[in-house]
Amino acid sequence: MDYTGENLLPGQLGHFFIVLSLVASLIATFAYAKTTWSRDAESARYWKRLARLAFITEVISVFSIFAILFYIIHNHLFEYHYAWKHSSRTLEFKYLLACFWEGQEGSFLLWSIWHCVLGLILMKTAKKWEAPVMTVVSFAQLALATMIAGIYIFNWKMGSNPFILLRDSGILDNAPALHLDGDITQPLRPDYMSFIKDGNDLNELLQNYWMVIHPPVLFLGFASTIVPFAYAIAAFWQKDYSGWIKPALPWSLWTAAVLGVGIMMGAMWAYESLTFGGYWAWDPVENASLVPWLVLVAGIHTLLIYKKSGHSLRPTFLFFILSFGLILYSTFLTRSGILGETSVHAFTDLGMNWQLLAFLLMFVLPSLVLYFTHYRNIPTIQKEENTSSREFWMFIGSLVFFLSAIVITGKTSLPVFNKIFGTTIAPPEDPEFSYNSIHVYVAIIVAVLTAVTQYLKYKQTPFAYFRKKIWLPTLAAVILSAVILAIGDIRYIKKGPVFHTSIWIAVISSLYTIIANASYIWIGIRGKLMLSGGSVSHVGFGMVMLAILVSSSNKEVLSRNTSGIFVNLGEGSKEDPGENLTLVQGVKTDMGRYWVTYEGEEQQPNKSRWFYHLNFQRKDGKEEFRLSPSAFVNARGREGIQPEPASRHYLDHDVYTYITSLPDPAKNQDTTSFQTKTMKKGDSLFYSKGYMVLLDITEKSRDSLPENLFGKDGHLYEAPVRVFSKNGTSYTLTSRFAVAQGKPMAIPDTITSEGLIVQLQDVRPDNTVEFGFREPNTIMKYITLKAYRFPYITFLWIGVAITAIGILLSMIHRIRLNRKEANRS
Amino acid sequence: MKVIHIALLVLIAAAIALLISSLDTGSSYSSIAEAKANPGKFVHVSVKMDKAVPVEFDPLKNSNYLSFQAVDSTGQRMKVVYRKGEIPNLAISERLVLKGRYEAGQFECKEVQTKCPSKYKDDPKAASKNAQHNAATGGM
Repeated sequence: MDYTGENLLPGQLGHFFIVLSLVASLIATFAYAKTTWSRDAESARYWKRLARLAFITEVISVFSIFAILFYIIHNHLFEYHYAWKHSSRTLEFKYLLACFWEGQEGSFLLWSIWHCVLGLILMKTAKKWEAPVMTVVSFAQLALATMIAGIYIFNWKMGSNPFILLRDSGILDNAPALHLDGDITQPLRPDYMSFIKDGNDLNELLQNYWMVIHPPVLFLGFASTIVPFAYAIAAFWQKDYSGWIKPALPWSLWTAAVLGVGIMMGAMWAYESLTFGGYWAWDPVENASLVPWLVLVAGIHTLLIYKKSGHSLRPTFLFFILSFGLILYSTFLTRSGILGETSVHAFTDLGMNWQLLAFLLMFVLPSLVLYFTHYRNIPTIQKEENTSSREFWMFIGSLVFFLSAIVITGKTSLPVFNKIFGTTIAPPEDPEFSYNSIHVYVAIIVAVLTAVTQYLKYKQTPFAYFRKKIWLPTLAAVILSAVILAIGDIRYIKKGPVFHTSIWIAVISSLYTIIANASYIWIGIRGKLMLSGGSVSHVGFGMVMLAILVSSSNKEVLSRNTSGIFVNLGEGSKEDPGENLTLVQGVKTDMGRYWVTYEGEEQQPNKSRWFYHLNFQRKDGKEEFRLSPSAFVNARGREGIQPEPASRHYLDHDVYTYITSLPDPAKNQDTTSFQTKTMKKGDSLFYSKGYMVLLDITEKSRDSLPENLFGKDGHLYEAPVRVFSKNGTSYTLTSRFAVAQGKPMAIPDTITSEGLIVQLQDVRPDNTVEFGFREPNTIMKYITLKAYRFPYITFLWIGVAITAIGILLSMIHRIRLNRKEANRS
Repeated sequence: MKVIHIALLVLIAAAIALLISSLDTGSSYSSIAEAKANPGKFVHVSVKMDKAVPVEFDPLKNSNYLSFQAVDSTGQRMKVVYRKGEIPNLAISERLVLKGRYEAGQFECKEVQTKCPSKYKDDPKAASKNAQHNAATGGM
């Protein structure tokens, strides 16, 4: 059947390039392997030319797939399932890229694109390592190409194709209106596309600028881990166990910098866009990307040890293999849906679990077999490291990093453990603490080692030398720690004194790291910045540790519900007062250091998203600012709100707030009725939040009343009322009572912020009145929110930046060294 | 034996000890019946919210107190009390993982994980409903 309103050409092109990329990566893998195996130069040259041609074809295919998918999303071709599912007409242009990685297919594609870029660089720079290294990269490309192939082989679906049509995706199958005769057993109507007016839109959580840049950086990090891995495999293959070190070192530094920044950008996204009130939650998805980084950093350090002392080559191989293997494991964990119970942000099952598992095992098992068969041949030194040598303590540090990675992996894999052994072990009551309580000690060990080790020499260190260099930074660190602990008010007593003391020791240790490494730039390398990459990154890492410790221990809840105008009604009282606070529009509310007023809201054009303007006024009167947290309300036809936090950054703290609840008009039906009381002038009356006084009762003169409205003998009475609220504010209201054309009529007056309506219902000859009031919730505009004060968040981001800059400095230094050496020989 | 081997052994032993001890979390995935049978024990319970019973939450009275009825797959029910304010996406959730203790006739919930059809990916059922909705309203 022919359907109208479809544009099928992009999809057909897309399918073509997917198949082409499968074939090209297969040929590239085979040809590069043949190049590696070739004994004579002639055939090696032949195979290499073919391999390069194939890989370049692969690059063109992958970029074409990307471009076509972008075209489909950008032009709102909703006949394609991917565009329909992840975008909409109202989606801002800047978020179009985020549509790519909302789905699994797009994120595999992103990964593949980075492999292409890295592959081209390797092709240009790897020289004699090109063939074996590119065999591994091409093979990984083949594996990734199968993930988006969407081909059926003997009833088994391989991969999930991004170009699948909406009508083939199964989504329309149960929509009778789209089928002939309104019967779902009939085929689709030829003009079904005229009913598909808009897409399903991008998940609101992903409509954030961090979501546009964080995934590309993270995936560049993911993709880069293949390079050190591929060099290690190439070394086994060529039986050249030490030559790979030089080109692999700058690559591993690059990977550590990019992956680290990518992970922390994810943390920033979580902080800015999610509402768990922090930047790190030890969520399995976060752990899964942290672990390969830890192992990679361990590998970089053992590699440096090998370069300087000849020790630790064997662990270096293992660490680089595992770091890539753990990237694949994390891919399996996050995309297979196995984390479903434990993680908030894993992908759901696409029915590709076996394929993902195969991807993991296909790389990890053969490389571990290679590792163990070549283990004996990897050069090592039988002589023991001296305990006063730098390499000894560097190795201990790497080992601690590696073991911490193993412990995190173990804890994260609880769902896998349950699946294999059929157990029902659940994460502990306070999962974050179960990680923190271990990692505070990891932080202490790593921080002290990082501080001290640079002052040791390779091979062995005379004690006098060490003492002469280390005393000044140590003294400075001790003094500064004492000052900071005395005035910094770092307290984390809620987990007991042992943990509190550990936090303090960790604070001291990370300060020691910062100071010792900063001073080493002058003491050790006399301020030569180009050589100081290691020290610079250690300073940054120390800042990260310090900022983590301080920010999490001194987080302050501003919205604590203690003083609020609304009294806690019994049931919740045995608990902590809680972190949610309700603000009524126009009412100044006490929030820790601030007075906060909810001023009103504003809708973002074309979106079901509202911004709620809050005026923050510091109690000491020194500052006033506005924060506008927002929420998607009933977006995409779904009930409920998706809040997005707003924060104000200072150098030493952030003020951070987000909406937790909004009134639901459907639930708040106005069911209250007027309570009436007979009053005279000067009488007072209580309502739930204060009292009011009837100030006067007057009658307007007949002359001022328009006769066409009131008739010949109309009356208009006015009763001004002074309302005194419990929170100290007072208002004046005027309620009126009219007798027009013989009919009595009350004209109510309202105070929105108090939720109060008053009206004059009758005026009697004896100068008493019948006065009514009611307090419906519906007229009151309010929001419920949480607000925190996070100290030293900015310090954390600066620390991350410094760490990355330091690592990249080292990388540039190593590349220059390699070039110099190459020119010399 | 080399010093480094001793260090190696000590650290690896520590890691293994930590891993094994982390398996003893003191918590497990339970049904409502099991939660009721072990009052005071911290458990994870997978339930559905009973949408027939209204959720009790009035931010004007107490912005932290929320309560609803939960049903599990065996049909057991319990009252759930959550003292951290409104639960995002509660109304549209398909399933909830409640973390807390059964105490004094109600489930004191510390943490809730909502399983929505839309966390990252929409499930086909909801999406198909949406498509029908679009079709019926001409995409409005």
